[in-house]
Amino acid sequence: MIQEMWSSLLHQPNTQWVVLSTMLLGIASGVLGSFALLKKQSLIGDAVAHAALPGICIAYLFIGEKQLLILLIGATATGLLATYLIQLITATTRIKKDAAICMVLSVFFGMGIVLLTRITRQADGNKSGLDNFIFGQAAAMTRNDVYTMAGVAGGLILIAFLLFKEWKLLIFDPDFAKNSGLPVGMLETLFSTLLVVTVVIGIQAVGVILMAALLIIPAISARYWTDRLSLMVIIAGGIGACSGIAGALISTISTGLATGPLIVVTAAGCFVVSFTFGIKRGLIQKLTAHRIRTERLKGEGI
Amino acid sequence: MDALEVRNLHVAYDRKAVLEQVDMTIPKESLTAIVGPNGAGKSTLIKAVLGMLKRSSGEISILGKPYNPKNRIVGYVPQRGSVDWDFPTNALDVILMGRYGHIGWFKRPSKQDIAMAKEALQKLGMEEYADRQIRQLSGGQQQRVFLARALVQDAEVYFMDEPFVGVDAKTEKAIIDLLRELKQKGKTVIVVHHDLQTVPEYFDHTLLLNRTVIANGPTEEVFTKELLQKTYGGTLAFFTAPGEQRSG
Repeated sequence: MIQEMWSSLLHQPNTQWVVLSTMLLGIASGVLGSFALLKKQSLIGDAVAHAALPGICIAYLFIGEKQLLILLIGATATGLLATYLIQLITATTRIKKDAAICMVLSVFFGMGIVLLTRITRQADGNKSGLDNFIFGQAAAMTRNDVYTMAGVAGGLILIAFLLFKEWKLLIFDPDFAKNSGLPVGMLETLFSTLLVVTVVIGIQAVGVILMAALLIIPAISARYWTDRLSLMVIIAGGIGACSGIAGALISTISTGLATGPLIVVTAAGCFVVSFTFGIKRGLIQKLTAHRIRTERLKGEGI
Repeated sequence: MDALEVRNLHVAYDRKAVLEQVDMTIPKESLTAIVGPNGAGKSTLIKAVLGMLKRSSGEISILGKPYNPKNRIVGYVPQRGSVDWDFPTNALDVILMGRYGHIGWFKRPSKQDIAMAKEALQKLGMEEYADRQIRQLSGGQQQRVFLARALVQDAEVYFMDEPFVGVDAKTEKAIIDLLRELKQKGKTVIVVHHDLQTVPEYFDHTLLLNRTVIANGPTEEVFTKELLQKTYGGTLAFFTAPGEQRSG
């Protein structure tokens, strides 16, 4: 199977493109996901991903064909609407945030499934390939889809690089950021929007159900290796990239396997390794540190 | 010209008034304590003045000009509990955040910024902890990191929210030495303070606050038993005014 993957990677330009774009997607979600995790917005990412489905379906119903960019604009619109609704519900009612997220997520996803069922039952609906958006199918992406995804992912990585210092302060201490003269409201809105965009470009390859995992698992794994945000972001990007590459390659050569689950399973593998061997707070590191402490105490005769 | 002038300030949470009709001035080059019971609105006052909370009404001027964070004349020390200390960053990096307002968009801290941060770290006796993840610092050390961060903001007026809470004796001394040095350099320091016993020793100006200004003036005039009683109501049971025997 490894051989098969190699020859596919070496000789098929289509595979190369799909792999490159899922790699960029993995980096972008690792990076943005690190910020989202520290900002305690992991669940928002999940809600946005699920809420993208009705947007895709509505956009498809309008234009009647599968043009990725327009479908993604629809997905962004409903994704943003969902984040706005969550904020509105938490700010104006006594409903707590977790309940608000849960409600918005399921209602939007439910509407998405209703619309999707309707589309696939239309005459040529099942050729639309829209059901690939549920679990993701990187191999089903056309050359144009790949360009779109790679371009947007590259842009996201660039913006995160440029605004690294401002976002770090904004997330660590928003009041101090405001006192330093940073436009806190603008930076917040920009971050939420880019988080939505990250989720949206990922749903074709990873699928709406599992996209949040690609956002969060690399970020959590990276935290076990370092106590510095810059390194955490780089490691999370790396883990995201590996997961993206592995998922795309395996699903391209083995027909019928959805990409999303493979990406998430790879990322979960990285998590287990990080949780065990991570040099900053991994299991082994913790146990060794504990043993050294106990022995030192014994040595001192306490 | 006063360091801070507040006119007609009102603040409400959920339509419930927290601060009402706050009018006051705080003189330049003073060490000012903001004192009052829990729920008096001390932190709210600072945050409303600095625009971190929405004001229902009110005009704020700092050093004679309407307050604008972009002028970078205000340094800020938030409450220690207001941030997540598990954040992946170290002491030096947090102090460098005090320079972000000066550094400008897209740029990284310069050698000069780093030198300033290291100097501040040293001043607070923390140089050996530069690379330490901030969770692994003691409460007092965390507080000193926050002070060092405000120091590198290179401001004219400093607002500090309960910097003395939960710190060890060494840190308390480091903080008060720093406040005195700032005053000597012509800066103004406004501190939310909870320990009544140390107010006369540490501060030359005092603002007594309970939802509105009860008294505001030089500490020796304001820090009297009657005015404190008026500020704290029935909750002032264990306090003895300076020079008075504690009874019961």
